[in-house]
Amino acid sequence: MRIGVGTILRPALVLLLLALVLRPDWFAPVFRPLAPEGAPAIYARSSLLSLSLSHLGLVAAATAAATLVAVTLAILVTRPAGEAFRPLSRTVTNMGQTFPPVAVLALAVPALGFGAGPTLVALFLYGLLPIFENATIALSTLPPATMEAARGMGLNRWQRLVQVELPLAFPVILTGIRLSVVIALGTATIGSTVAARTLGEVIIAGLLTSNTAYVLQGGIIVGLFAVLIYDALVQLEARLARHTGGRRTA
Amino acid sequence: MGRAGWGLSPPGVLFAVLGLGALLLPFLTVAANRIVAGDGVLPWRLAAPAVTLPGTAAVMAGLLLGLPSAWPRLRFAGSILGLAGLLWLLMQGAPALLVGAGDYARVSPAIGFWCLLLILMLLMADALAQLAPGSLARGALLAAVLGTLALILWSGTLSQLSILQEYAGRREAFADAAVRHLALAFGSLATAAAIGFPLGILCHRRSSLRTTTLPVLSFLQTIPSLAMFGLMIPILGWVGDSVPGAQAIGIAGIGFAPAFLALVLYSLLPVVGNTVTGLAATPPSALEAARGMGMTPRQRLWQVELPLGLPIILTGLRIVLVQNVGLAVIAGLIGGGGFGTFVFQGLNQTATDLILLGALPTVALALVSAIVMDILVELASPTPQGTA
Amino acid sequence: MIEIDRITKTYNGVKAVDAVTMTVETGTITVIVGTSGSGKTTLLRMINRLEEPTSGEVRINGVSTLATKPHLLRRRIGYAIQGHGLFPHHTVARNIGAVPRLLDWPKDKIEARVDELLTLFSMDPAQFRDRYPAELSGGQQQRVGVARALASRPDLLLMDEPFGALDPIIRARAQDDLRRIQKALGSTIMLVTHDMEEAIRLGDRVAVMDGGKLVQHGTPAEIIAQPATDFVANMVGEVERPLRLLSLIPLCDLVEDGDAPGAALPADASLRDALAACLWTGRSAVPVERDGDVVGRVTFDAIRARAELRA
Repeated sequence: MRIGVGTILRPALVLLLLALVLRPDWFAPVFRPLAPEGAPAIYARSSLLSLSLSHLGLVAAATAAATLVAVTLAILVTRPAGEAFRPLSRTVTNMGQTFPPVAVLALAVPALGFGAGPTLVALFLYGLLPIFENATIALSTLPPATMEAARGMGLNRWQRLVQVELPLAFPVILTGIRLSVVIALGTATIGSTVAARTLGEVIIAGLLTSNTAYVLQGGIIVGLFAVLIYDALVQLEARLARHTGGRRTA
Repeated sequence: MGRAGWGLSPPGVLFAVLGLGALLLPFLTVAANRIVAGDGVLPWRLAAPAVTLPGTAAVMAGLLLGLPSAWPRLRFAGSILGLAGLLWLLMQGAPALLVGAGDYARVSPAIGFWCLLLILMLLMADALAQLAPGSLARGALLAAVLGTLALILWSGTLSQLSILQEYAGRREAFADAAVRHLALAFGSLATAAAIGFPLGILCHRRSSLRTTTLPVLSFLQTIPSLAMFGLMIPILGWVGDSVPGAQAIGIAGIGFAPAFLALVLYSLLPVVGNTVTGLAATPPSALEAARGMGMTPRQRLWQVELPLGLPIILTGLRIVLVQNVGLAVIAGLIGGGGFGTFVFQGLNQTATDLILLGALPTVALALVSAIVMDILVELASPTPQGTA
Repeated sequence: MIEIDRITKTYNGVKAVDAVTMTVETGTITVIVGTSGSGKTTLLRMINRLEEPTSGEVRINGVSTLATKPHLLRRRIGYAIQGHGLFPHHTVARNIGAVPRLLDWPKDKIEARVDELLTLFSMDPAQFRDRYPAELSGGQQQRVGVARALASRPDLLLMDEPFGALDPIIRARAQDDLRRIQKALGSTIMLVTHDMEEAIRLGDRVAVMDGGKLVQHGTPAEIIAQPATDFVANMVGEVERPLRLLSLIPLCDLVEDGDAPGAALPADASLRDALAACLWTGRSAVPVERDGDVVGRVTFDAIRARAELRA
């Protein structure tokens, strides 16, 4: 039943999003009543397409870097040599995730100044934790029988890691990446308060000029991006989980 | 872990190397006023050597005590000694640097201080992870840390630091923001719990309700916070304008109401989701036995399902509380008050101290909430730890 | 007395239990045995109305179970299941006292009952009262589960594969315990199992179910000696039938005067034990003792004759 709703709703939302970003003028009649007297109903100070691309670019770059670093660290602490760092890494991930993303962003400004830099660093730092946590759990809870079989058939450590451990852990790591991406999309929006070029600019402009039309426009675009990306990653996970026998974490 | 004798703790070695490196970075910054960038001062240049030496020595000794892997208590003591050294350097350095620096001069902690603080806290965390204290011991430790912090701030020994000078100028605004922030975070938690528990129990009973409710709630959770707060503005503005009496009770497009509503919406998924998961965690055979011995559905809920699900339900509340403390910062952007007001004012004025005045209490509040909730979750676990 | 009268349960047009009629005498153990899907568990669950019958009824001491609200009915009927179903967040004492508490017994009466039951199940009350289920062994958990089902002195005890999760040695001990306690308390028990060995060992009467129907209901000896259908014969196991039969007959039935070499067997041991002793030690007869005195012997030939006669 849910699949039925999804198959109709998904393309519709994608089309709506594309129209909002590429042809914002089409929606002028819709937003007109919300804009104050005499103010424009459609954000035109910069192109919504370039803001979207910059927004997504920031998220993609930060998430890619965070994935690379987090998975590497997770591999290190799940090897016998890195065992001593396990309890510490657990505490750091537990406590680190309580840091509010906005605070991380704000604290990056004194250190790095304004612009895309602090946003990128904040997104990267905050994105590390969910991926690291999931990767560590996934790599340390692989089915013992499979690992024993891999050793028994003569794979060396590197082969076991690349051919068995990482592929089996991948769906769970992907869940971490999804959490990370959702947080990054939201935090990047706030990044416009520190002068990063993101879709948050539209919302902030609306808040500053009391132009509800801008707020709604920006909010809907960011919301649609987040929901569609989240949904796409969930679908991907479900597909992968089917292949590996449905190993998933909450 | 069981390496006995004089073995070195690998994290301890890492902390020592990084910590000694951080001692070579500027410890405090002196600036002519609160806006301009300042000059960094190295730890041993803060004041006369007779003053800086004990502090630097305490930090180094603390880092070295963190090395032996077999004595977690010693490592813990090392982290305390190191932190005391940092405090000493702050207390002694700030007044010394302000002498003759001008009326508007500001002294604030620099990169070296923050790095050392982080490293020493990690050392403490590592030692604590080794010691694995029980829930009561952790509660006592938290109380001791907060008490010490309060004592230091109240005594005024750090009042020369710029962030506290910033605070001195806005005592009332700060108290207001704190009350507002707590009201937003805890008020939305309470509201979400009042709605979410009954809804979660209903979802547990009816799978049709569950399959429609949970996706909607996780959809809400996905919407970026700024967008969510923004979207609440037109909705509540419309309610305020069109529903008679709504404005009288504070419902309007800007301010507390939209922020509060956004937080409640974000909170529903963890509350409802964890209530459903918690109630479903009862072993099927225990449930079958409860039915078989003649418990009514209400008795099963109160005597079996809720007590067994309590730790998971409380974990949901922990997620909500930590998340709301952080998200309430965004309320500062839409006039909802709270610590976010300082953060965004600070960003506007490029005044670092003002940003810190908003961000540091938020971080502390989130951390304390997480630790307290973790302790509660552990206390609520019905069976003795480790045997279940 | 429990009377089951043409009870039927239909799921989506398929009859899971098909017009089963049987009577259970007070103070006896009736074992319902069958393969999975035979309807045995559904039959049991219809007695305390965990499943509502599609038609037919159950009467306990002449009163229809439909006359009472289901949850009130269940408080009068003990229920023990596979994997014990203990409440992990309650102590042993609270678990055992669960039904008395539902029935609002006074506190001191509940405490006394808990201690009495723990003692009956050979568990020291002082030692076990305040433990949590997770701190007990599998066998202990199972005993607490049965004790809980017996706590309110129910008219009837229903057991669904109660020993299914136990390993063979603990299982045999649990079966002996159940027999002993049932004799001591005079309880009426209905027990479901898929294991014919268990049925023969425990049951005063055995009811064999197949495809929702009751195919045979009788004493263990009848089931072994005269299986009503091929299915029953199959369940009993064609090859082992003589041995099963011998295991039901005590030595005192065949004891004769005379001497025999070697160690003596007690009079209440079974012919199967005696046969094993003969084969293992190469004797043609074993001495039989009662209370330490040798009362005669049982010969190999006599055992063989008895097995041939019935099989």
